[in-house]
Amino acid sequence: MERLHPAPLGHGRLIRRLLLLVAAAFIFAFALVPLYDVLCQATGFNGKSSGRAGFGIGGLQTGEPSAPTSRVDSSRLLRVEFTGTVMPGLPWDMRPLTFSLDIHPGELQQVSYLVRNTTDHSITGQAVPSLSPGQAARYFDKIECFCFTRQTLGPGEAREMPLTFIIKPEIDRDITHITLSYAFFGIEDQDRNLTAAREAR
Amino acid sequence: MSTTTTHPASDLHAYQPGGIMRWLTTTNHKDIGTLYLSFSLLMFFLGGAMILAVRAELFQPGLQLMQPEFFNQLIGIHALVMIFGALMPAATGFANWMLPLMLGAPDMALPRLNNWSFWLLPPAAFLLTLPFGLALFGIGDGALATGWTFYAPLSVQGGMGVDFAIFAVHILGISSIMGSINIIVTIFNMRAPGMTLMKMPLFAWGWLITAFMLIATLPVLAGAVTMLLTDRHFGTHFFAAAGGGDPILFQHLFWFFGHPEVYILLLPVWGLMPHVLSTFSRKPAYGHNAQVYSFIVIGLLSVVVWAHHFFTAGLPVPALIYFMFSTMAISLPLAVLFFCWIATMWKGAMSFETPMLFAVGFIVLFGIAGLTGLILADVAADAQYHHSYFVVAHFHYALFAGGIMGVMTGVYYWLPKWTGHMYSERLGKLHFWLTVVSFNLTFIPQFFLGLAGMPRRIPDYALQFAEFNAISTLGAFVLGFSQLLFAWNIWSCIRRGPRVENRAWEGATGLEWELSSPPPHHSWETQPVVK
Repeated sequence: MERLHPAPLGHGRLIRRLLLLVAAAFIFAFALVPLYDVLCQATGFNGKSSGRAGFGIGGLQTGEPSAPTSRVDSSRLLRVEFTGTVMPGLPWDMRPLTFSLDIHPGELQQVSYLVRNTTDHSITGQAVPSLSPGQAARYFDKIECFCFTRQTLGPGEAREMPLTFIIKPEIDRDITHITLSYAFFGIEDQDRNLTAAREAR
Repeated sequence: MSTTTTHPASDLHAYQPGGIMRWLTTTNHKDIGTLYLSFSLLMFFLGGAMILAVRAELFQPGLQLMQPEFFNQLIGIHALVMIFGALMPAATGFANWMLPLMLGAPDMALPRLNNWSFWLLPPAAFLLTLPFGLALFGIGDGALATGWTFYAPLSVQGGMGVDFAIFAVHILGISSIMGSINIIVTIFNMRAPGMTLMKMPLFAWGWLITAFMLIATLPVLAGAVTMLLTDRHFGTHFFAAAGGGDPILFQHLFWFFGHPEVYILLLPVWGLMPHVLSTFSRKPAYGHNAQVYSFIVIGLLSVVVWAHHFFTAGLPVPALIYFMFSTMAISLPLAVLFFCWIATMWKGAMSFETPMLFAVGFIVLFGIAGLTGLILADVAADAQYHHSYFVVAHFHYALFAGGIMGVMTGVYYWLPKWTGHMYSERLGKLHFWLTVVSFNLTFIPQFFLGLAGMPRRIPDYALQFAEFNAISTLGAFVLGFSQLLFAWNIWSCIRRGPRVENRAWEGATGLEWELSSPPPHHSWETQPVVK
């Protein structure tokens, strides 16, 4: 018997090492979640901006608004387009009242969205902003935004929601178009998640 | 070695239950290899039937046969069944059958684990396809409908088919990881005395790299789908944007597994090619060591190029440039392999039996896969080709011509060794020509469709695409039905093929050809010595 099957010395040790490798790879998948965040913040990958606290997704920061810059770069024009989506499960309508604006970097601008609750009971939702291209995110400062807080709409209520922003003049010269998009989520299921996400940051 | 040699221990080993219990409880590498290969053939026909339904729907513009939801389910499950059900088990079946014979080992190192890793597959395949059946009875809304990539947020919102697919992937992953551990331990610990790693056959080398890649990347897929599962049911927000998650992160995690997976499917085939080419060219394989190093380099590169699958997702320019050049760099070791394959045939006394036909067909068609891959790797060009039929045609050249035809090469090459009988050469050649012509008839039009802008995964299309789609569907049906010849050829070979010698092919070299055909149930009980 021993002669037939060469002494399986080392089988056990090799298997243990390979299992360690499997465990390491599994942990690596979960480690990628914070690593990805760190990488995005350090390098601006995926448009996540660095150094400022706040609930940012898709590249937009919504934390401490900075003071309006006085310098306006009137030598160039940027086109900013506005769009919005209501996510499944939230029976609301939403549309921007201004579809696009041509502005000089450094100018203070205000636009608003019209949001309407189509049901006969009041619902709370929160908008999550996203900016494209992501590289523009760190130059896009929102002074005031309905996405900073939760919005509660009564039965059938329609409301104009304002947004005030400045595009910093330092923005890359090869960016000529910026699209700002909002996704409105129902808050009931997401309540816990949103709080947790904010606390984690 | 005579099969009647009795040894005190073989009485104990000779005991085996009959009927179904033999297959359920077997720990013999040949039995398990046969199980893997039979399962793979079954799944090949299942996945093929699904995609023929899809091609029938695409025969004409407009919706004729099915609703878009069902169409989406068919394409996603087709891919999962073909990748995890057909190609990977076929390669593992080859490994089970051939590694012990080639390495001069009495069996795989961990035979009971081996039994387990096979018998996890049928339940996983069942889980994957069960939602189709449940939907017939009004339970749920059918199988996974996101495509095989499970992209969030679609998969976070999807029906229970997603949950079934997640658990199926978990089980398939466990099975593959156990199989890989078994193969690595076998290769490291069970080689015949004198067989150093560099003297080891290339098929074993291909599988060694594959096994390490599986161990390094499959757990990442398992982690990603686990996060998806908790996002769906337990209120986490890894990918759910409403809670601060990031859907793009899912793409990174998925393709960190998904790109190496391509090489996981192909490396065993690249390993067996030199054996076939050398046998029918009657020359040793050219550049044995160069091929080994190419395998290693491809294995290492494959885990650092993943983002080329989503160039259009909005990556920053430095990342795009890095992933473009690292992707293109893979073509260098691959070119070394192509060179070695062609140089093996150079000035050889070539003959074109069916395995050789498939091997040469593989080299030509897989070359097209590589060249169109270079086009897709170009960031600027990819913006046009992304998510179009160009991509579909490209990866079918890689995975059908590179993967499935490679597996067929191996089946025709080793079938005489496994069964002791010769298949019908006439049917085999007919099968080859039908396959290769109808394969090109199916997929060349898809390159044109993609260039013209037809998106993949859409059940309807503009009228301008009608002719090419009709041609492609025609080709797909010929391709699908000619595979019945393959199954018939295998069956009649087992039943009544003429007997073959130990060395079934006169030019074949290697330990496996020194055993009888078919090899005894327990082979290499005394390990051979390699000089």
